[in-house]
Amino acid sequence: MRKLYYILQKEFRQLKRDKMIVVIMLAVPILQLLILPWAADMDVRHVKIAVVDNDQSSYARQLISKITSSGNFELASHTFSYQQATQDIEEDNADIILTIPPHFERNLIRENKQQVSITANAINGIKAGLGTAYLNSIIRDFNMQIRVEWLPEAVLDKNLPIQTTSSALFNPHANYRFYMVPAILVLLLTVVGAFLTSLNIVKEKEIGTIEQINVTPIKKWEFILGKLIPFWIISLFVFSLGLLITRFVYGIPIVGNIGTLYLFTNLYIIGILGFGLLISNFSQTQQQSMFISFFFVMIFILMSGLFTSTASMPAWAKVISNGVPITHYMKAVRALVLKGSSFMDLWQLAVYLVIFALVLNMLAILSYKKTS
Amino acid sequence: MNNNIVIHAHDLTKKFGNFTAVDHISFEVGTGEIFGFLGANGAGKTTAMRMLCGLSHPTSGEASVAGYNVYKQQEQIKKNIGYMSQKFSLYEDLTIVENIQFYGGIYGVKPKEIKERTQILLKKLNIENQAKSLVGSLPLGWKQKLAFSVAIFHEPKIVFLDEPTSGVDPITRRQFWELIYEAGNQGITVFVTTHYMDEAEYCNRISLMVDGKIAAMDTPANLKQQHSADNMGDVFYALARGAKRSE
Repeated sequence: MRKLYYILQKEFRQLKRDKMIVVIMLAVPILQLLILPWAADMDVRHVKIAVVDNDQSSYARQLISKITSSGNFELASHTFSYQQATQDIEEDNADIILTIPPHFERNLIRENKQQVSITANAINGIKAGLGTAYLNSIIRDFNMQIRVEWLPEAVLDKNLPIQTTSSALFNPHANYRFYMVPAILVLLLTVVGAFLTSLNIVKEKEIGTIEQINVTPIKKWEFILGKLIPFWIISLFVFSLGLLITRFVYGIPIVGNIGTLYLFTNLYIIGILGFGLLISNFSQTQQQSMFISFFFVMIFILMSGLFTSTASMPAWAKVISNGVPITHYMKAVRALVLKGSSFMDLWQLAVYLVIFALVLNMLAILSYKKTS
Repeated sequence: MNNNIVIHAHDLTKKFGNFTAVDHISFEVGTGEIFGFLGANGAGKTTAMRMLCGLSHPTSGEASVAGYNVYKQQEQIKKNIGYMSQKFSLYEDLTIVENIQFYGGIYGVKPKEIKERTQILLKKLNIENQAKSLVGSLPLGWKQKLAFSVAIFHEPKIVFLDEPTSGVDPITRRQFWELIYEAGNQGITVFVTTHYMDEAEYCNRISLMVDGKIAAMDTPANLKQQHSADNMGDVFYALARGAKRSE
């Protein structure tokens, strides 16, 4: 145990002199949490719409003003020619075209029936899909409005037997940031844990001090624990700082039990640090370790349900997703922060995290060779 | 010099794929001896030394260091040796005292001992005023002397030095060898590789490696006589001329 003390003393002395660590501990979490949630927002706003208005009637104008006042759309152009509008899409001045046919108003009044067409630029699939959906719902609303103006109340009731109302649980304003901020917190921990630990050990390989360590009677577990503990503390610091930003900058209330949240966080940190150690055992240079970490962190992010829903993945991808520690931790953090789940609701996730922590650290200890 | 054998190697071999880096070498080193391990670049000196230090598994052959088997008791060997690698082995971002404290600590030297021996060492190297300077800021010669002192800080039975004086000026090299002699007088066996031929003269006994094999092994005086040479440089040239591997 005395040896571990000397190893830790040395690690902390080195960290204290490393100015980069301070920057990473303070600036990275603060900047990432302050900037990313605003950019990584998947609500679709500012959809540029080109309206081909072949009618120029009062109803057409009402419809257009309803669309532009909804907040989701910007009127990019207002023309008579579909060709002109297509041109706008090609030049990226518009995302979506709404075509109002000639005699729109007349047909609406006389025949009680009219069609409009929507054409979306699907290069940005999310924007096209959500833009079309928003536009549909605005037009549906407009429909209702016209019916109210035209029809007696009795008929109105008959015509719409089912009406829907919706409400968002745990995130009442369906604020995208409530969803993203905890996720970015998780991402931060992953990057700090995996990158910093592996870089630190590989640096010792590069300058050659690891050889000197390997020729001493230090035990493998002493060396590994000596590297793990300082970065564990750094990770916890980064997490706590991030949690303060979540609470006080974004005003996201942490509904669940803080103790449970930290329990999950500790399990995850141990796992991800073990992963960083494992990477360092297989890389000879800092570039190699950066590249390998980057590769895996990318897979982790895309497979974990950070940005996309794991439920909609194909079966084989779900298997991979379950094999990635961040998936389970992410679920736990979102459930704890937003939903206020209890440990009993989440114990299965904890089991996953314990397994990951054990396996990754075992592999790290086994693959660390003092003798080659 | 007494005849207690502390390093024993018999047909020690290391292969990397088809390449035989160390080819059936056999030798013995006695307690307190300063044993020079000479050879051109790529002759296999470092590989042989790494096997003896427990850093590398031999492919075949036998060897024991301080009485421990290099196959099975590497961790025991590590307790009894000091090692100074070709790469600078101290932490440049720690101070002199912090480095000593760290290496002393992990070899299990008692805190009180560490303190006392540190004072003696600082005085001996005449760096008391630099005790709190970062090692990275010291001149190379000081660093090397310090690295050697740290390598024998825990009073090992044997110290392995891999080209300890490369890139150091002649005066510092002389001072460095004074430290080596002092260690030898304390009973520490010194196993040193070098390609400075004047340093070879300082050794009690030397072995000369050519292409992974030991081409000659004797005292410097006998070797010069055998090859009727004036200095070790000529001996080296006579023996290593036929080497196939070189850089």
